[in-house]
Amino acid sequence: MKGNEALAEAAILAGCDGYFGYPITPQSEVMEYLMLNRPEDRTGMVVLQAESETASINMVYGGAGAGKRVMTSSSSPGISLMQEGISYMAGAELPCLIANIVRGGPGLGTIQPAQSDYFQSVKGGGHGDYKIITLAPSSVQEMADFVAISFDLAFKYRTPVLILSDGAIGQMMEKVILPEQRPRWSEEEIRKNTPWATVGRTKDRKNNIITSLDLDPNAQERHNEHLQRKYKTIEENEVRYEEIQCEDAEVILVAYGTSARVCQKSIELAREEGIKLGLIRPISLFPYPSAAIQKYTDQVKGFLSVEMSAGQMVEDVRLAVNGKVKVEHYGRMGGMVPSPEDIVEVIKERIL
Amino acid sequence: MSFETKKFNCDIATPENMVYTKTNLMNDKPLSYCPGCGHGTAHRLIMETVEEMDILEDTIGIAPVGCSVLAYEFMGTDVQQAAHGRAPALATAISRLYPEKYVFTYQGDGDLAAIGTAETIHACNRGENIVIIFVNNGIYGMTGGQMAPTTLPGMKTSTSPFGRDQKEAGYPLKITELIAQLPGTYYVTRQAVHTAVNVRKTKKAIRKAFEYTRHKKGVSFVEVVSNCNSGWKMTPVDSNKWMEDNMFPFYPLGDIKLPPKQ
Amino acid sequence: MYIFIVIYMHTVKNRIMAKVLGHIEVEIEKCKGCVICIDTCPPNVIGMSDDFNGKGYHYMELIADGCIGCANCAVVCPDGVITVYKKKAKKMVEVK
Repeated sequence: MKGNEALAEAAILAGCDGYFGYPITPQSEVMEYLMLNRPEDRTGMVVLQAESETASINMVYGGAGAGKRVMTSSSSPGISLMQEGISYMAGAELPCLIANIVRGGPGLGTIQPAQSDYFQSVKGGGHGDYKIITLAPSSVQEMADFVAISFDLAFKYRTPVLILSDGAIGQMMEKVILPEQRPRWSEEEIRKNTPWATVGRTKDRKNNIITSLDLDPNAQERHNEHLQRKYKTIEENEVRYEEIQCEDAEVILVAYGTSARVCQKSIELAREEGIKLGLIRPISLFPYPSAAIQKYTDQVKGFLSVEMSAGQMVEDVRLAVNGKVKVEHYGRMGGMVPSPEDIVEVIKERIL
Repeated sequence: MSFETKKFNCDIATPENMVYTKTNLMNDKPLSYCPGCGHGTAHRLIMETVEEMDILEDTIGIAPVGCSVLAYEFMGTDVQQAAHGRAPALATAISRLYPEKYVFTYQGDGDLAAIGTAETIHACNRGENIVIIFVNNGIYGMTGGQMAPTTLPGMKTSTSPFGRDQKEAGYPLKITELIAQLPGTYYVTRQAVHTAVNVRKTKKAIRKAFEYTRHKKGVSFVEVVSNCNSGWKMTPVDSNKWMEDNMFPFYPLGDIKLPPKQ
Repeated sequence: MYIFIVIYMHTVKNRIMAKVLGHIEVEIEKCKGCVICIDTCPPNVIGMSDDFNGKGYHYMELIADGCIGCANCAVVCPDGVITVYKKKAKKMVEVK
């Protein structure tokens, strides 16, 4: 299936209650697949095309505040429109899934893939001190697998979760093993699992309020400290990454998504030339696998961050390496995808 | 706690004789609104309706950004506080996900007719089964009295200090008449809460609005033209008179769209 | 003859009409002195106090007998501070 379609099918199977979105290339197939496959007949899932991305994310806010498993998807310019809603959901501690099928920017940019939304995703694209869990698939299988994982993380920590994909993975066709169908929650289950949700006030409790506002600075500071503690817990428990041929590596690539796939080819080419190349593929971008990188700072001559951007993730690599060895960035922009040969050349020029 | 101030017939003040008191669904917190502001009355009428219809367990309200951002501090239903203008989007999702619940938004003129225009129009166009309560006082109260889309021509505000000039700022936006033309709106009415007669009419309108959402035929839209004595820089009593003389000719009270007779 | 009829009708009215007694209680500390209620009172028995509540507002209060428990003041009050009581008195059978 196409990556976008796998995401959509996985959403139905994960017991998603509602999808609210707006068309934008290269991810319109997500909503088209959902509309065509009529999940309201399969699971009762609601699918609604909203009038804008702004409306979409706020529909997600409303549904999440009422305890439902809800999601949206978009691409970079649309995700920019959603930043207000994401900040509000982080502040109000609401669970949801947002998928960003990244395209080249800035502005209207292009429809080809890019990875230039790393800062926006991981450093908080909206206002205020917040983070959202960010997972980066690099295959159609991961597009499908990450949906259920994202919902589970979202409800475990009461946070939005972002699947940061790109146009290439969204559009490519690969074999995929789909997960089992999970049931949607009933209203009683929602009241039990999310007692904070606005489902309608029963006589045994006070009213539930979903808000991110507190005009008392003392209270707001305490709330922010609570959020920061939550992010710390996430950092301690939810780091995900993959290591490929790092045990004997003299240079390690750090890349996610499509870039990671290209890097795997680069490893083959480099090793044929006798360069011991390895790859650390972050799967969670927040929390970032800094410890995994730090493990190798004594072993390697340097790290090369490969990202289809002007150099965003490289900053996190530099933070992790903390000056111990060389850290370089190689990337293409504007929708161009790096080639494995070029990556090997860059390693030879700049690190070795 | 209640206090008697003068002893006239105070012996009849017994529970059996009580004919009116503030509903329990309004919390005990003193309202943060200015003295005489229609918000307090509008809040109370909605809560009375929820109590009388016995739908507390199935009602979710959406508070806006504006003076009534703190509506959730005073209303006893489950409430979500929405980003500015987005309340109809939240309400859309909740109503679609819980089709049997009563969902209402409570919005001011900036929320509904400026930043939220798209959300308002599209929720009405899709015919969501929600109640929209639109409190129109022709000004932005919370942020200090700036011009609103519904500010009258010539009206002085902090961003139209010489009076609203149509050439620069356009005419007041009659958003209610606009959305009444959409097939997705089922019941559209304009009321006020500054006299006892109007309060009782508004209460009936709000009750109808909630009941009509069960017909699942579209949006019930209740505009409440209200004063803003602080923004208009008048006393509460004067502001209500000014409202009658100036706002009502522009925003006439009455039913704008009624459901077909059942 | 005419005068006799008028007097007779007046006394019949007093004999048949049930009088309604009303009373209000006010949460003085929550009254914001907006004065909107005052003009809504049909028998004109409410007014603003001379003294102030803790917030510095004059508060509304009964100033005369004759409250009919219509609740106009209570329904128009933005802060909902008024509770209204109403009781039908016994039929008046006095003849004036």
